[in-house]
Amino acid sequence: MQRQTSLGRVVRVGLLTMVGLFFLFPIFWVFLMSFQTNQEILRIPPSLFFEPTLHNYQVLFSGRLETQTGTLEVRFMQNLMNSVILATSSVALSLVLGIPAAYAFARFKFRLGEDIAFTLLSFRFAPPLLVLLPLAIYFQQLGLINTYTGLIWVYQLITLPLILWIVRGYFEDISEDIEHAYRIDGNGWFKTFWKIAIPLAKPGIAAATLLSFIFAWNNFVFALILASADKQPVTVGALAFVTASGIQYGQIAASIVLSVTPTLALALYAQRYLVEGLSLGAVKG
Amino acid sequence: MATLTLDKVSKVYQARRAAPVLAVDAVDMAIADGEIVGLLGSSGCGKTSTLRMIAGFEDVTSGAIEVGERVINDLLPAERNIAMAFEGYALYPPLRVKDNIGFALLRDRQPRAEVDRKVKEVAALLEIESALERYPPMISAGQQQRTSLARALIRSADVFLLDEPMSQLEPQLRAVLRARLKDWLISRKMTTVFVTHDQTEAIALADRIAVMEQGVLQQLASPEELKERPANLFVASFIGEPPMNLFAARVDRSRSDLGLVVLDDQGEKAFRLDFDEAVDGLADGQAVHLGIRPHRFRLGPGPGAVDATVVSHSWLGDQTHIGLERAGTTFILVANGEVHAAIGDPFTVHAPMSAIHLFDAETDQAVFHGSEFRGSELRG
Repeated sequence: MQRQTSLGRVVRVGLLTMVGLFFLFPIFWVFLMSFQTNQEILRIPPSLFFEPTLHNYQVLFSGRLETQTGTLEVRFMQNLMNSVILATSSVALSLVLGIPAAYAFARFKFRLGEDIAFTLLSFRFAPPLLVLLPLAIYFQQLGLINTYTGLIWVYQLITLPLILWIVRGYFEDISEDIEHAYRIDGNGWFKTFWKIAIPLAKPGIAAATLLSFIFAWNNFVFALILASADKQPVTVGALAFVTASGIQYGQIAASIVLSVTPTLALALYAQRYLVEGLSLGAVKG
Repeated sequence: MATLTLDKVSKVYQARRAAPVLAVDAVDMAIADGEIVGLLGSSGCGKTSTLRMIAGFEDVTSGAIEVGERVINDLLPAERNIAMAFEGYALYPPLRVKDNIGFALLRDRQPRAEVDRKVKEVAALLEIESALERYPPMISAGQQQRTSLARALIRSADVFLLDEPMSQLEPQLRAVLRARLKDWLISRKMTTVFVTHDQTEAIALADRIAVMEQGVLQQLASPEELKERPANLFVASFIGEPPMNLFAARVDRSRSDLGLVVLDDQGEKAFRLDFDEAVDGLADGQAVHLGIRPHRFRLGPGPGAVDATVVSHSWLGDQTHIGLERAGTTFILVANGEVHAAIGDPFTVHAPMSAIHLFDAETDQAVFHGSEFRGSELRG
């Protein structure tokens, strides 16, 4: 019996390690690449042993890349700032619009309610490329092309449905009677929404915020078409390392490491809210 | 503390792409100031919908609800001055039990010391003093339910609504709290409507009980009246434990002033009861349902006698339940004290005139109660 359990434990740990390695290996490899020169990266066979260099990071921070054909300007830091502005603003806007909407869909039955909710979800079905060309033309005419406003607007296609549907589920899980009790104790519906519904759905709101932030951060194709260099986020900005004199794998790896850092930090920070979200069941009595 | 009047109140639920459901059908109810009324019925009978319309969580489809002289149909829950205890407790999870209970008072800016005193008083009534400093998810379901009840009772509202207020409590505690709760409600003249599916609770707590079925108010009357003069077949069969014995029967005046031919499943004669007293309003040959409560049978021969055979027998320690059979028709008898009988024994009982209830076979409405005929015999 004892042997079986310890054997089981060994097998389990072994399997978990393998799964972990499988998923983490690309990230680990990119992390190593970011400290290597292009020559070391392209060496065959690849090796775990090399002389680490901070050159790739220096290029990103200084914004200047020396190549055989001359000096290139790298706008990585500005791209990073653009990513922060775009992802944060579009998530914030989606929260302002999406949470009240989610509450309405969860609590009130109204004409076409389900249809509207489904339409909003269906924004996520269509491949973005399908709408990009007409969108680009309209944006050109409206003067929205290459503006933060225009991009944040388009990003709502990514963030709004996500927040709406996740938060709606959390609102539906909250016992309606808690809100009823609060209302019959003498409070209006807005105060009930603000003081009861939102605090109780907080774990869900945190989870939805995190997810939609990651999706917005990782978006590539909208910004590629609708923004030029000074408004592009890091995902598009990394293309700059595909230069006339070759692909700068080292800098691409370094920019990936830097651009993953904010979302990783956010995910680690929000983890406790996600765990709280799982224990919401205890609240329902 | 005010009167509560329901005037032809109806509720229709209209789900998308589905036929409308009439959950509450033209309910009339006049509840006096300080009266305690229990809404009793099986699940889905409309009792909770009625309660929620009074509270303001459901729109009233038609009709009017009045508190005192004021029609409250279109008022927000917050404006109705009604307190409610929820079946699902609905406590505020981040607040301690004492703050949950005192919530409405604190909101009205009553001084903290005064609120604490009231919280202690109501907590003592419901025996949850030990839980006051704890948070709702940490206490038992029974304590949560009493917290929810306390949160309603502490308020000085016009009307108090209690939805299944004691369903989670163990039987002993429930019996004790029922009596205390009733004292509390009476001494403060609190107009109360509570919902329950437990008729013992309804009988113990209520001044009058409203029996509902399929959205229709069947009868609103005192517990005694529901037992002695049920308005229709449903109320007769719903109230009382064990339930009333019901037989299909036919009035037959050929042999006596009031003869009742009891029919079996095939409509054949099983046995007949004869009484020497004439009753107005019954036609010869009229099809009726005959109802006799199990504890109203008398042992031995007499007017309305039935010679039957014992099919089951159980001694419960204070009363004896005996199942009897006569020509394919079975019924149950409850006798106080121990009555010896073996299965298969012949057994003669009689139902006095006062034990007889008759309901029209077509309308199910009551046409005759023996208790009306001889009121003095009632409590015997």
